[in-house]
Amino acid sequence: MSDDILISAAGLSVGYRLGKGLFQHSVLKAVDNVSLNIKRGSFFGLVGESGSGKTTLGRALLNAVPITGGNATYDDGDVTYDLTALSKDELGDYRRRAQLIFQDPYAALSPRMTVRDIIAEPLEVMKITSSREATDERVREIAARCRLNLEHLRRFPHAFSGGQRQRISIARALVSRPQFIVADEAVAALDVSIQADVLNLLKQLQGEMDLTFMFISHDLSVVAHTCDHVAVMYLGRLVETAPTRQLFAAPKHPYTKALFSAIPSLNPDDRGLAQRLEGEIPSPTNQPSGCKFHTRCPHVIDRCRSEEPQLETADGAHEVSCHRWQELLAAG
Amino acid sequence: MDRLIDVENLTLQFRTDEGLITAVDNVSFSLDRGEVMGLVGESGSGKSVTAKALMHLNASNAIYSPESRITLHTDSGGIDVLSLSRAGDLKVVRGGAISMIFQEPMASFAPSISIGKQMIEQLQLHAEMSKAQAREIAIEMLDRVGISDPSSRVDQYAFELSGGMRQRAMIAMALSTKPRLLIADEPTTALDVTIQAQVIDLMKELVDEFNMGIVFITHDLGVVAQTADKVSVMYLGRLIEEGPVREVIRDPRHPYTKGLLAALPRLDDLDAPLTPVPGDIPSPLERPTGCVFNTRCGDVTGPVCSATVPLEEWIDPAHRVSCHLYADRGAS
Repeated sequence: MSDDILISAAGLSVGYRLGKGLFQHSVLKAVDNVSLNIKRGSFFGLVGESGSGKTTLGRALLNAVPITGGNATYDDGDVTYDLTALSKDELGDYRRRAQLIFQDPYAALSPRMTVRDIIAEPLEVMKITSSREATDERVREIAARCRLNLEHLRRFPHAFSGGQRQRISIARALVSRPQFIVADEAVAALDVSIQADVLNLLKQLQGEMDLTFMFISHDLSVVAHTCDHVAVMYLGRLVETAPTRQLFAAPKHPYTKALFSAIPSLNPDDRGLAQRLEGEIPSPTNQPSGCKFHTRCPHVIDRCRSEEPQLETADGAHEVSCHRWQELLAAG
Repeated sequence: MDRLIDVENLTLQFRTDEGLITAVDNVSFSLDRGEVMGLVGESGSGKSVTAKALMHLNASNAIYSPESRITLHTDSGGIDVLSLSRAGDLKVVRGGAISMIFQEPMASFAPSISIGKQMIEQLQLHAEMSKAQAREIAIEMLDRVGISDPSSRVDQYAFELSGGMRQRAMIAMALSTKPRLLIADEPTTALDVTIQAQVIDLMKELVDEFNMGIVFITHDLGVVAQTADKVSVMYLGRLIEEGPVREVIRDPRHPYTKGLLAALPRLDDLDAPLTPVPGDIPSPLERPTGCVFNTRCGDVTGPVCSATVPLEEWIDPAHRVSCHLYADRGAS
């Protein structure tokens, strides 16, 4: 494996058993046969609609939900872990190296703890620091990086605005000096005037602390501005993945194109130009045969209904999973 | 144009344990039939409170200033909305001449009553008709908003519908009484972008068909650009800029409107840095004196900004802005 890959997944699946029957049960595949590589120091974007499995994939890579199929490896140059078979000690260590930033800065912070205690808690739980002085030192250092001052540390979360709360959540996630961060809709709950500030902070911290991000978002404009590589998910599968600019300049999968087309443009003269996607994402318990997208795809042919396409290389690091991408490309 | 509603000097405070909170401060605007107004602002800007005031629908601790006046124009003359207090009188306005749809459709349907029953109840409340007639209209409306198989859907419960379908059903319910004004409070915020695009298309069709006025509350300027005729921007309870949608988006005048547009990640320019509006939105308990935006404004012209509330200046007959930068040179 190449040295600069931090997270590598091959055929990764996460399934949930439905129903209580001993012999009869159906399996809901939230993540289905996903392969991806996340480069060290990159900002890897994961987009898709509700129910596409993007949150589950993020949690699986953090070992927060059980991986039920395939392989996943973490390699930060210091340690290498097989994420499907972590021992108890390894898991404890992995928790320190891989952290999660949540969407809702109002729900994620305990209202009864001071900001200092909220940020210090991971250090204490994981026994990373040995004395109160050492803990305080670490808390102050990360707080300063997240633009929180000593005065802030003594207060309780209710005294802070959404943007400040999200900076507290970020400080808490980073205090154990992790390598890998899953940011799940980390700016979705913030007002636009504040959102840009938090995004800029994440980029800055990435550089300063040598972090690798998996940035999960439904907001394609945010992803376009923040990430260097993007993967698009639909019903548990990756349908397209490419370097950001390549993807936004020339999307190849009909679903990616439809997603881009549905973003409300800031240009009032674009009204009525967008291509509309019919229907909604099917239920994951009752998935379509063949290509999962065929029920909504404007370019569907018989082959799409019976045969599932695999991710194939289109152009360098640009991969797409569609039977007809070449044909559609040629047709313009 | 047919005038639909006039809002004059609307000032609204809430009595709370921590003192009087000013939610809306001297806001005036008008709306014609068939016109869509985008009401834009961040959390706490007072946009939802303003919209609810149109139906005299705020909580009992709300205090309207004596100068506040809201006039709803109907075929039988003007109604002074704020003078109505008895439920029987308000019926003409609430759900009659004005309907409202919300961000979270699940919260606007009673979970244990079928969708049809709720629609029938509402129709019978506002017009003399039999149950069978009301049911006919309910089915017709569900069909109109694009719900397939409406005669069986009408007997389903809200939880049985998908998110997009629920939003359509809510629109059908809101429009079944043929209101003159529809208030849409973030109706697409909880939806995926492909579904959001479908709902926006539907709302545009309905404006044309019913010649309704719409107050479209949103924080998403892209949605505004795609739906509204004019935009009103609110900040901390004040209406700081209003104008035709093209003009406000292409040539914003207020520093806050400019800041909001600069903070948006734009897909047409991936290299543009994201520029946050500095600082946080002040707590409504600590409203800045003078111009409410002066604590975050990069264009403060002098002590006047924190001392005096700026007057409204007319840039042109349809575009007004409240900012000292434009004092005495409205037409420049």
